[in-house]
Amino acid sequence: MVNTEPSPVTAGEPGSRSDIVVALAQLAPRLGDLGANVARHLELIGTAAAGGADLVVFPELSLTGYFLKDLVTETALRLDSPEIQALAEASRGVDAVVGCILESDDHRFHNAALYLSGGAVVHVHRKVYLPTYGLFDEARDLAAGNRFRAFEAPLRSAGPRRPWRAGVLICEDLWHPSSAYLLARDGVELIICPSASPGRGVGHGSEIGTAQSYDVITRTYAQLFTAYVVYCNRVGYEDGINFWGGSRVVDPEGHLVGEPAGRDEGMPLHRLDLAALRRARIANPMLRDERHDIVDAECHRLHRRERD
Amino acid sequence: MTSSTRSATGCTAANVTETADGLSRPDAAGALAVDCALVTEILTGFVREEVRKVGFERGVVGLSGGIDSALTLAVVCRALGPENALPVIMPYRASSPASERDARLVATQLGTTPLAVDISPQIDAYFDRNPDADRNRRGNKMARERMSILYDLSLARAALVVGTSNKTELLLGYGTIHGDMAHALNPLGDLYKTQIFALARYLGLPAAVIEKAPSADLWEGQSDEDELGFEYAAVDQLLHQMIDERRTRAELHTLGFEDAFVKQIHRRVRDSQYKRRPPLIAKLSNRTIDRDFRYPRDWGR
Repeated sequence: MVNTEPSPVTAGEPGSRSDIVVALAQLAPRLGDLGANVARHLELIGTAAAGGADLVVFPELSLTGYFLKDLVTETALRLDSPEIQALAEASRGVDAVVGCILESDDHRFHNAALYLSGGAVVHVHRKVYLPTYGLFDEARDLAAGNRFRAFEAPLRSAGPRRPWRAGVLICEDLWHPSSAYLLARDGVELIICPSASPGRGVGHGSEIGTAQSYDVITRTYAQLFTAYVVYCNRVGYEDGINFWGGSRVVDPEGHLVGEPAGRDEGMPLHRLDLAALRRARIANPMLRDERHDIVDAECHRLHRRERD
Repeated sequence: MTSSTRSATGCTAANVTETADGLSRPDAAGALAVDCALVTEILTGFVREEVRKVGFERGVVGLSGGIDSALTLAVVCRALGPENALPVIMPYRASSPASERDARLVATQLGTTPLAVDISPQIDAYFDRNPDADRNRRGNKMARERMSILYDLSLARAALVVGTSNKTELLLGYGTIHGDMAHALNPLGDLYKTQIFALARYLGLPAAVIEKAPSADLWEGQSDEDELGFEYAAVDQLLHQMIDERRTRAELHTLGFEDAFVKQIHRRVRDSQYKRRPPLIAKLSNRTIDRDFRYPRDWGR
């Protein structure tokens, strides 16, 4: 099922140290089966490393499955859990972003994505926006995160290269442009989006409605924040609900890198290049021109007004 | 009055009563104790309200001669009056005669007039064409035949079908989907078998019904506890700790439950989840029935 051939590369000098290869592990986790999912992750991390990837991104809640309900507490991990230790160990070969339920010391359960590199957990993002409407019920079972932070993604598996400034947005976080704005202001070059997006809406064209929405969102953010957007969605079915896959990489000009994945399991590889990001920021210097001072002043004013 | 069970499961955490005949009987003492007066009041109100708000006055109950259906009928009688309770006794020719005798005893004691429907002709007609069917197929067919009769009577007599499944069997999946698990209302579904015994005693049901070994009576000599491989007293204690108290595997071990027993029961509960849920609908639209089209069942009632 795994395609280890990198897809057509973006503009960039072959072999230059500014480029990285990202694998999108578009899989269908077994719902509530940590053991099977950990094994699958280890296998795919190994395949990605062997295929020359610098980073492998798994979908949202890739270690547990999505519609967990009462399985939330039963599948929760802590940063010192042996499962996390094993995955961190595997990240000596390739950086990895994995999704899990993370239990805090005071027993709150977060929908989290862990960035693993060189044997350690380098960064943790706890999903801020927990959808609780329509078919979603996340806030019934989960606690919300309270920060968006960029971090230095080492991406060091294949020799010396400069780390990329990365940030993680999980699924619904993407539907709030302020989250991408904050990461951009924090210097993000690589927006990593693990997702478990249920497919729905079949009345408008050949693409499922949700897929059309994410296509717009990922390309818009990439273009407006002149950053790479790496979107990894899962596939498979849970209790009759399908996940539509479509994992993709969008370059800093808003163009797809290669083809988006289909609805099946697979692990396409894509090449990303800081040289392309540099060119995009020269051509479209919105980040340079961004008036954070105005944003701050207006936010202060609105904050005061909302408080009164 | 309680002691540790010496059941084959090796579970030492369950409280059971040793009776004169040496058989362990579930006991409502300890963790599973309920206030029978309060429970009776709630269940009676439940049946009365939920039957009447959908425009019915009567309830129909399949009466097997066992404790669950006897208790269900007792609750229906309290809620709607015996004149509005229709017990239906549906023996197969191989059913134990004691079952029908006990069913009639219960119906009479509660002041109801039972209807008897012998299901042998329709069961035999089907299996004459499928003579190789094993006893599980035959048992399931009988359970579904009875369901189909109850639903026919529901329309004929304007009576809602009141089910008899208890929490233990629902969690273990020890029932026939679309058979005895199919009904409009289920007053006993949140009571473990142990608690059913306590409530039956409280409501003064016949001793013959309370004291006999629980059986689905789907074939001769069938016994729930033999077939399940453990005692209700033991499994109820475990289910209570596992489900209601949300104990972890390690905690259950510490409480004295044998690991293999815990694993076996967890698997049974997990693997029978489909029986407790409506069928899966393939999601396509933005408003899928039971998913994001989610009005209460008592919509407008």
